[in-house]
Amino acid sequence: MTDPAPLVLAPPDAEERRRRRAGRFERIGRWAFPLAVVLLLLAAWDRIVVWNDIPPYVLPSPRLVIGTLATDWPVLLPALLVTLQITLLALLAAVLGGVGLAVLFTQSRLAEMSFYPYAVILQVTPLVAIAPLIFIYVGSKLAALLLCAWIVAFFPVLSNTTLGLRSADHNLQDLFRIYGATRWQRLRYLQAPAALPYFLGGLRIAGGLSLIGAVVAEYVAGTGGTGSGLAFRILEASYRLNIPRMFAALLLIALTGVAIYGALNLLSYMLLRKWHESAVRRER
Amino acid sequence: MVESGAAQPLLDMQGIGKTFGRGPATLQGLSLSLGRGEFLSLLGPSGCGKTTALRLIAGLIAPTEGRIRWAEPKPRLSFVFQSPTLMPWATVERNVWLPLRLAGRSLAAARGEIAAALRLVGLEAAARAYPRELSDGMKMRVSIARAILTRPDLILMDEPFAALDEITRFRLNEDLLAIRAATGCTVIFVTHSVFESVFLSNRICVMAARPGRVAAEIPVPAPYPRGDAFRGAPDYAALCQRVSGTLRQAMGEAA
Repeated sequence: MTDPAPLVLAPPDAEERRRRRAGRFERIGRWAFPLAVVLLLLAAWDRIVVWNDIPPYVLPSPRLVIGTLATDWPVLLPALLVTLQITLLALLAAVLGGVGLAVLFTQSRLAEMSFYPYAVILQVTPLVAIAPLIFIYVGSKLAALLLCAWIVAFFPVLSNTTLGLRSADHNLQDLFRIYGATRWQRLRYLQAPAALPYFLGGLRIAGGLSLIGAVVAEYVAGTGGTGSGLAFRILEASYRLNIPRMFAALLLIALTGVAIYGALNLLSYMLLRKWHESAVRRER
Repeated sequence: MVESGAAQPLLDMQGIGKTFGRGPATLQGLSLSLGRGEFLSLLGPSGCGKTTALRLIAGLIAPTEGRIRWAEPKPRLSFVFQSPTLMPWATVERNVWLPLRLAGRSLAAARGEIAAALRLVGLEAAARAYPRELSDGMKMRVSIARAILTRPDLILMDEPFAALDEITRFRLNEDLLAIRAATGCTVIFVTHSVFESVFLSNRICVMAARPGRVAAEIPVPAPYPRGDAFRGAPDYAALCQRVSGTLRQAMGEAA
């Protein structure tokens, strides 16, 4: 601002300067601090391995893990794609099943009374306890894996969406009644939009769970050959004491989880940024 | 203006009672008649069953005693709540569209009516805004625009301005009278403000509590249009005093 006119913006006072500093700290710190922690940990890890002369079959250095990721890429990439495919299909099935059941439960009290307890039982029974039976009874390995991942992932979608469909403003529900809305209109124009933020919250949890479900199911399945995912590659590497590859596969799984979480977060933000308190940026 | 109890009443309620569960009667022996074009206020302290009476009229709950008789054909209703009750995910325009949307009209086909309703409440510029971007007074205007969109025969208003600051409330009272003059609709207006009821209505039903009933009816003979000047007029002050006294009496009976 080089405007010579007397009427210029007043210089920022102490309060304003303090707030700007806090804003800048927040913006940069959100990235810088986690990055610094990771770099420090990696450096410490590397030094511990080098100074103590730890052999790679006990603890590989981070550099070796990255190197293994590159050299074993032809083995790891197909495995990653398999795991990713099961995860995403299971997530899709969780969305369809969870939302479908939630709509059914909110439309029919009878259906809710009859089936909700079973949804809870499926949710609270550990997957590793059911999975072996599923692998016995379901012929196709892909279908069995999908079923396992779905069992873990669908419940948060179901319970959150049910809560959301019920959370529509009571006065708005009365208004819909006064205007003679049909059940379908009420669901579509009132309950579904009101449930959207709740559904997206459930989806974020389900995204992580479907990856966990896919990986755990694969461990239980334990079979190899073509079309095996990252979990099997980890098992296989552990039998061969190929510790660096175990770390590399683990890194890939973790990165996949972060990517899924980030993508669902972005989706949630895009859908809600216009109106929902959780996504709307506040002016300070 | 139509006289109260004109040839064919729009609405006639006799001996209405409402009891929730096993509790004491919320309403008992409530009798009320409404002529076409009237602006009727239900005035009373909180807990006297004003809102219950309005919800009975709206058909949201059923009376335990008595009957509500409507003129033929049954008048079309709309409702304005104490809170603006807008859908936060929809723009102002799409919120106002709701009654026509539920009647199967597309947004394009309803645009003319929506614009007209928004013009009446002075918000045509805010059509594309989201409710969260509006002040409380503006949100209430959107709520009123939605209520008048279909040109209903009867608008039920449940303390719509109770949560607003006084300056905004005075403005909205005047604007409500202008909207009524433009649309010719009949209004039942629930309030606990003596001044608001005198300023707006041509008849006031003072209600008493435990059980809720109409304790007295007071006509407000002042002619429309009424502007801000009416608030300084001597007959306004006299009416307020009289209504206040009646209200105190009704509350005294109940206590």
